Amino acid sequence: MYIIVVGAGKVGWNLARELLEKDHEVTLIESNRRRYLTVEQELEHNVLYGDASELWVLERAGIERADMVIAVTGDDEDNMLICQVAKEKYEVAQIIARVNNPRNRAHFDLLGVKPSVSATDLILRLLEHEVPEYGLVHLLDLQEEQLEIIEMLLGKDSRVTGERVGDLSMPEGSLLISVLREGKGFVPGPDTVLQAGDEVLAVLDPGREDDLKELFGPAGGNGAG
Amino acid sequence: MFILIVGCGRVGSSVARTMLREGHEVSCLDEDPESHTRLEVGLDRGWEDLGGRFTVGTGLETDALVAAGIEKADAFIASTNGDNTNIVISQIAQRRYEVPTVIARILDPLRAEWYRQQGVHTICPTRVAIDMLESAVREGAPREVA
Repeated sequence: MYIIVVGAGKVGWNLARELLEKDHEVTLIESNRRRYLTVEQELEHNVLYGDASELWVLERAGIERADMVIAVTGDDEDNMLICQVAKEKYEVAQIIARVNNPRNRAHFDLLGVKPSVSATDLILRLLEHEVPEYGLVHLLDLQEEQLEIIEMLLGKDSRVTGERVGDLSMPEGSLLISVLREGKGFVPGPDTVLQAGDEVLAVLDPGREDDLKELFGPAGGNGAG
Repeated sequence: MFILIVGCGRVGSSVARTMLREGHEVSCLDEDPESHTRLEVGLDRGWEDLGGRFTVGTGLETDALVAAGIEKADAFIASTNGDNTNIVISQIAQRRYEVPTVIARILDPLRAEWYRQQGVHTICPTRVAIDMLESAVREGAPREVA
């Protein structure tokens, strides 16, 4: 694939290096002269000096034949603009944008710049995953498809431990897709009996989390875990 | 009309004063509190005393836009010193807040032209300067040969 990466900060530089190691063709664009000279010592002709929000710079980088554009500068407006132009003017098949300030995420969506990646959001997700008191963990949100995948840990007092999966009254719009037990995952059948310590994965329509918490949580308590 | 101007530099502040003098309701949003001083250049009374509004914040902050009155704005002018900021916030004003008249100041002629084709009303001072310079040169008389 031919991939253009914009912004040679820590993220962009390492990304470009990894992509080159995977035998992709990469151009990394950097607008700061000093930074460019530093990075160029390692990546040589794969780095281009210029402001990628100028259309002629993108054209010089060969955006017409790019399969993917990744904008990871420290400036959200720049990342939005570069991706919007890449997608709408140059019809690049795949774009990825970095969100620096998570509050700007809605703007990325509004301008059709998707997917966008925010380090803050990723760390928050990880935090949810590592801190059990959260109970219900979002693994994946498919915004376009209006689906999400969540994970829940069944505590000793969960109201479903000892129950057959076939007997569960799963809320409408949700489906139990996997059980993780003692480090192994499997797809449960109707005869699978749930145990304390199981982590269950479910796919559901957004907004059904509370129903699931209610079902899998402790009897009379608030949330599993 | 209620006019919201984001970016209160030389251009923004000048347009703000003119619009206020012409009897419009004018609200300015700028991240630099000092830009309020620029607004009052040449005025014999304070900006607020004359009925103007001023909010400190950036055009990407939804709270700041709302505080500055975007929800009832009839016109939105993006005149910050960043082309990309102006392009992004004018699309927010258009798509999210459905402001009827949205104008973005864009210095780079290429970006201005493309976004104009996409339906953003753009003003490109660089383009204007280029055109003026070119026609000034064309109108010039050649050196008289002795």
